[in-house]
Amino acid sequence: MVDFVTGLRCRECARPFPAEALHVCDYCFGPLEVAYDYERIAAAVSRERIAAGPRSIWRYRDLLPVDDESPVDLGAGFTPLVRADRLAAELGLGELWIKDDTANPTGSFKDRVVSVALTKARQLGFKVAACASTGNLANSVAAHAARAGLESVVLIPHDLESAKVTMTTIYGGTVIAVEGTYDDVNRLCAELSSERPSWAFVNVNVRTYYAEGSKTLAFEIAEQLGWQAPDHVIVPIGSGSQLTKVTKGFAELGKVGLLDEVPHVRISGAQAEGCAPVATAFAEGTDAIRPVKPKTIAKSLAIGNPADGWYALEAIRSTGGACAAVSNAEVVDAIGLLARTEGIFAETAGGVTIATLAKLAAAGVVRPDERVVALVTGHGLKTVEALSGFAQPTATIAPTLAAFDAAVTLEESSR
Amino acid sequence: MSLTVRIPTQLRTLTGGAGEVEVEGTTVGDALKALDVAHPGLAERLFDDAGGLRRFVNVFLADEDVRFLEGLATPITPGQTLSIVPAVAGG
Repeated sequence: MVDFVTGLRCRECARPFPAEALHVCDYCFGPLEVAYDYERIAAAVSRERIAAGPRSIWRYRDLLPVDDESPVDLGAGFTPLVRADRLAAELGLGELWIKDDTANPTGSFKDRVVSVALTKARQLGFKVAACASTGNLANSVAAHAARAGLESVVLIPHDLESAKVTMTTIYGGTVIAVEGTYDDVNRLCAELSSERPSWAFVNVNVRTYYAEGSKTLAFEIAEQLGWQAPDHVIVPIGSGSQLTKVTKGFAELGKVGLLDEVPHVRISGAQAEGCAPVATAFAEGTDAIRPVKPKTIAKSLAIGNPADGWYALEAIRSTGGACAAVSNAEVVDAIGLLARTEGIFAETAGGVTIATLAKLAAAGVVRPDERVVALVTGHGLKTVEALSGFAQPTATIAPTLAAFDAAVTLEESSR
Repeated sequence: MSLTVRIPTQLRTLTGGAGEVEVEGTTVGDALKALDVAHPGLAERLFDDAGGLRRFVNVFLADEDVRFLEGLATPITPGQTLSIVPAVAGG
């Protein structure tokens, strides 16, 4: 077991901390970041070494904050990067790719971060895995904890989509529905983590490690493009952590020599109109992220008080990206558009990404001369409620040829 | 009036390990200043140079973020609990 972690460091005041279950600076409350010895990583890592690794996030173990001979692993990562010419044509774009994270073991990108978090938590001796979740994380924590033989305690808002609840309870852990929004759940978990120090809250006390798992999206995109960076990546924003870490991932590839130089990748953010604190700050040109009370069908992004909102905004601005928000109707339309052009069924967060891509393309912010990647971070079966009344059979018929001919003729003549 | 303040792990070195302390105050700002009198050093952890709450400090009165109320000027009613919670969590 060799990792290249030298410790943790406060992103705000740079105070050093040991590589333990710590996520916040004792002094200024700033987030702690994993500090790596990039020179040693550069000496160890190579494209060939990665290519010889497993077809999962663990092929990038040299750039992750924990190494383990047998990580807590259901096979997260190395998901398809799909060339999306038919969608590109609809949107007036040139080279467009979809990073299809619906293909992860529990159907969302959260498997990346949870695999890293629970591997580290187990090394640190934790026996209980906990989290505050809008659903996808709940699925992933419950599944990975089951795989690792850890207890799990998952806290969710009471009004989640039924598939996300079922997919959490089936793994046999404790699932607590909280009467409140995700922000209420999150506050409760942040307080609980002070009272239950022997539990690993993946997005509280081990969040420093957890968040690093999202860097693998950038690593995979570059590797799957033949070790080239894209020009522009569209990332959905809930807490802002994924966007921040995707940005960091591209920079690290340059730092350790996997790309020839630190690439210039524009990073743009996608939010739902009912919960758009980062898009609002971007539009207003301010630094202050004002928290909101979320009201959107994109429940996996319904975080009104985003922990990394400020860093996401900074990443968007410093890379020359943009941030926009889209309506519920646009989200549903975009889920349909992606499905009928590319055969990929996204959850509402993916609808937010594709609808925002469409909006930014129409505005000329995402350009046809760019190589563009859009992150589709979760599977559509998780959020079918959002499509009720929309997704119906073309016709319901008696099992006869005559009935079929009548139905299909009717359908064709109505086009 | 007296109220209970819940203290996060990161600040318990300043409260002798206590997770809850009692202070007097009529507003959220008053109560936090009283907290610093009782446990010196807390104010510099909570407030920035301009006297506002640091960016990564969230304060909740009766489980509501004070930024949705009147911020530090929010009046306190008897029996309420004030929670200091690091902002960097979740997602």
